[in-house]
Amino acid sequence: MSFINKPKVSHPSLPRNALGLTRRQYEGSMSTLCAGCGHDSITAAIVEACWGLDMRPEQLVKLSGIGCSSKTTAYFVAGAHGFNSVHGRMPSIASGASAANRELTYIGISGDGDSLSIGLGQLVHVIRRNVNMLYMIENNGVYGLTKGQFSASADIGTKAKKGDVNQTPPIDPVLLALSLGATFVARSFSGDKAQLVPLIQAGLRHNGFALIDVLSPCVTFNDHEGSTKSYTFTREHYQPVVETDFVAHASEISVNYAEGESVSVQLHDGSRVNLRKLDPSYDPTDRSAAYNYIETKLKNHEYVTGLIHIDESSSTEFHTLNKTTAVPLNRLPFEKLAPGAAALDKLMGRYR
Amino acid sequence: MPELIKSADRVNDFTLKFANVNGTGSASANSLLMKAIFRMGIPVTGKNYFPSNIQGLPTWYEIRVTRDGYAARASRIDIMVAMNAETYAKDVREVASGGFLIYDATWPRSALLQRGDITVIGVPLAKMVNESFDGVRNRILLKNIAYAGVLAALLDVDLNIIDTLLKESYAKKQKLLDSNTKALRLGYDYAKQHLNCPLPLRVAHLDKTKGHIMIDGNTAAGLGCVYAGATVGAWYPITPSTSLMDAFKGFCERYRVDPDTGERNFAVIQAEDELSAIGMVLGASWNGARAFTPTSGPGISLMNEFVGLAYYAEVPAVIFDVQRVGPSTGMPTRTQQSDIMLAAYASHGDTRHVVLFPANPEECFYMAVQAFDLAERLQTPVFVLSDLDIGMNDWMCRDLKWDDAYKPDRGKVLSAEELAGLDKFYRYVDRDDDGITYRTLPGVNPKGAYFTRGSGHNQYGGYTEDSAEYQFVLDRLKRKFSNAAKYVPKPEFVGKGDSEVGIISVGSCDGAVREALDVLARQKMNVDYMRVRAFPFNADVEAFLRNHATIFVVEQNRDAQLRSLLILETAAEKSKLNSILSYSGFPMSCDPIVDGIRAKLAEAPRLSAIKR
Repeated sequence: MSFINKPKVSHPSLPRNALGLTRRQYEGSMSTLCAGCGHDSITAAIVEACWGLDMRPEQLVKLSGIGCSSKTTAYFVAGAHGFNSVHGRMPSIASGASAANRELTYIGISGDGDSLSIGLGQLVHVIRRNVNMLYMIENNGVYGLTKGQFSASADIGTKAKKGDVNQTPPIDPVLLALSLGATFVARSFSGDKAQLVPLIQAGLRHNGFALIDVLSPCVTFNDHEGSTKSYTFTREHYQPVVETDFVAHASEISVNYAEGESVSVQLHDGSRVNLRKLDPSYDPTDRSAAYNYIETKLKNHEYVTGLIHIDESSSTEFHTLNKTTAVPLNRLPFEKLAPGAAALDKLMGRYR
Repeated sequence: MPELIKSADRVNDFTLKFANVNGTGSASANSLLMKAIFRMGIPVTGKNYFPSNIQGLPTWYEIRVTRDGYAARASRIDIMVAMNAETYAKDVREVASGGFLIYDATWPRSALLQRGDITVIGVPLAKMVNESFDGVRNRILLKNIAYAGVLAALLDVDLNIIDTLLKESYAKKQKLLDSNTKALRLGYDYAKQHLNCPLPLRVAHLDKTKGHIMIDGNTAAGLGCVYAGATVGAWYPITPSTSLMDAFKGFCERYRVDPDTGERNFAVIQAEDELSAIGMVLGASWNGARAFTPTSGPGISLMNEFVGLAYYAEVPAVIFDVQRVGPSTGMPTRTQQSDIMLAAYASHGDTRHVVLFPANPEECFYMAVQAFDLAERLQTPVFVLSDLDIGMNDWMCRDLKWDDAYKPDRGKVLSAEELAGLDKFYRYVDRDDDGITYRTLPGVNPKGAYFTRGSGHNQYGGYTEDSAEYQFVLDRLKRKFSNAAKYVPKPEFVGKGDSEVGIISVGSCDGAVREALDVLARQKMNVDYMRVRAFPFNADVEAFLRNHATIFVVEQNRDAQLRSLLILETAAEKSKLNSILSYSGFPMSCDPIVDGIRAKLAEAPRLSAIKR
């Protein structure tokens, strides 16, 4: 952790976004994680992504469960409400919050323990429900706060710091999300800000549930030789499948890839994600193909990164299915909710 | 011991019980009869004793015709309609001496004739129905309507009213109306021709149901949630609470859908489990919607962790617990009041919760509304402890009324303007010295942003591991809970308050206690009664405990949970609190109360003169 609390005053020369806000105004309180923690890089990417999207801080809602990753919601966008809930249950808080106010932008930060062990049931069902949110798993294969136990994402053969070798197969959140029909599935690496920032921006704008699994090495408990989530291992086995570029609705679309190499997907709000395929055979809009590709690569310990699957057109998020009124439920005037005395008197006839 | 009642006095005062097999459609025949009696102006109650099963197991339905308007389960069965061969022996035994048993005489049942002190009436129901109708399913269903016809003749039920009810039920289904009417007449005509009609136990028009309805508590509570302005309901199906959400959803579809666009002013989410259901309620309430979840004991067990978070982070939540028989899975279709302690102290750590105790469907409606006001005013979970008897049985209640002047109490929520005027916002600073702090909603103003957490926090909302800061918040929460006693519903009192003997009870015991008071009064015993309607207990509860030398705490569980709570949370002397407990799973009748009090007072003759 950094021991110098940075002053909140911004230098006048700092660049400002369309709202006139600097990056500093998208930061949160000082991180208390270990120095060099991958999670802090992800936090920095979120700050950059929100600043770049010209997001009004109060329009963002930050949600998390319990664990090192879940602490990080305090470290970005101080002007947003945060809810650090209980272990593995953030998806239900997010579902309820989103039901109450469909206008806000929801970002959930979780970890591999929080999402793939204690919270697996809630993760699966929030995907099914297609709640409109960005869900990030800061995945390091290890329980940090309780000092180094394997998580459910630890690969077979991974050696713990104390020497134990993991023998149970991992749950891969990307394959899980694909199998459940998620319409935005991505993977990245905490150290790759260039890839992560546009992914976060696209995920925040996706109409429905967006999952980004971010490999985020634990410098204290899982960064040694024998760990498949160490910095060294991750960098060596890191395979970007597509290069992602996010173009906000208001901006001019300037990215121009050669035909046959790029895919451009328009998001619900008019913004676009442009994906440049590094492997010409890969089609991120084909879910089954994506699944097979990722599974094959995983067998060789290769982590494919980028926007692995997107299907903006068939994504039917919760409120669309529910036919919820456009005005957020929490803002409906009481007169619209209580049917009144006359209606009750009339209703009584049914019970005589 | 039930009081002896002469049969001549039994007009509009008797109980009939139907023994059926579940899944055969008997419920509609039984409720047809009950509603017809109700429409004749005679107070009536219906109690359904059903198995945790869909088809093929024994099920019973009790209709108590009660000119005095008692709400409790009857002490005796006067007429048994024994339609289930499997339970004949048991059903025959249950009929009170001098009573009647009606059975299907299509097949001989010699064993039935072994009781000389009851009248056995055979009607060849299956034979009659089979001769008149085709199709197995049809015949099974219509046999029930045929016995309803027999009873209409035997009890002198107004046939015009039954006809009207059938017409209302099958308004758009002429074929069904015809077959049901025909089956009803089959039974009715047979009884008129072959049996002595009416029986001495019969009904006669009264004028005691005007301004009343027959409704179950889950429907009333669901309706209450609509009137309270709840917009988010999250739940996981569990008996006996399921019909509460069904009702809420049904009323929302009626009142909360834009007729032009089909847009809905509500969201009902069926969660993957109760942990998720309560999480959704917290998320929605935290975000400014009125949100609730209906469940039963096993669901509350699962929700404990989140309930603690809601208590500590001060997030409103309304939780309906329609209690059933525990422990564990217990008997899911039987009633009990065994979640009192669970609700009062749910979750680990020092937690205490506001609990409301409705006694009938009418109170379910009003308490649903109060629960949301209290949850938002106090920023804490509020439990509404109903039970299966209240929730799923039809009770006669006064018409539900609504005051259009009602404004929901949304509690201390700062608006965008108020926030703009603030120098800095702190979530847990007690500015009004009432233990209740100000909260803000996401999306309103960046100044209102704070971090909600279940980890140790100080009054500014910041993370803390500092003892003094932690204790400061915890002590305020205690103060807030004590203050809650001022806002929760006050107890209800019966009696002049001048007796040395008092009864304290809760929830659905109310009907049995009130009936017991009448029985005791006829035996020259004057007893005061207080029905507790909420936890925390207020000063009125303390006063009643102080002013009565001997107190009977009547409740439906084995471990005397209300008594325990009174001992823990008031200054009451343990030794003067006697327990009268009923935990069979069936609703309480007045007998154990009358017997318990008589027995105790016989031991202590000093108390026989029970005027102070």
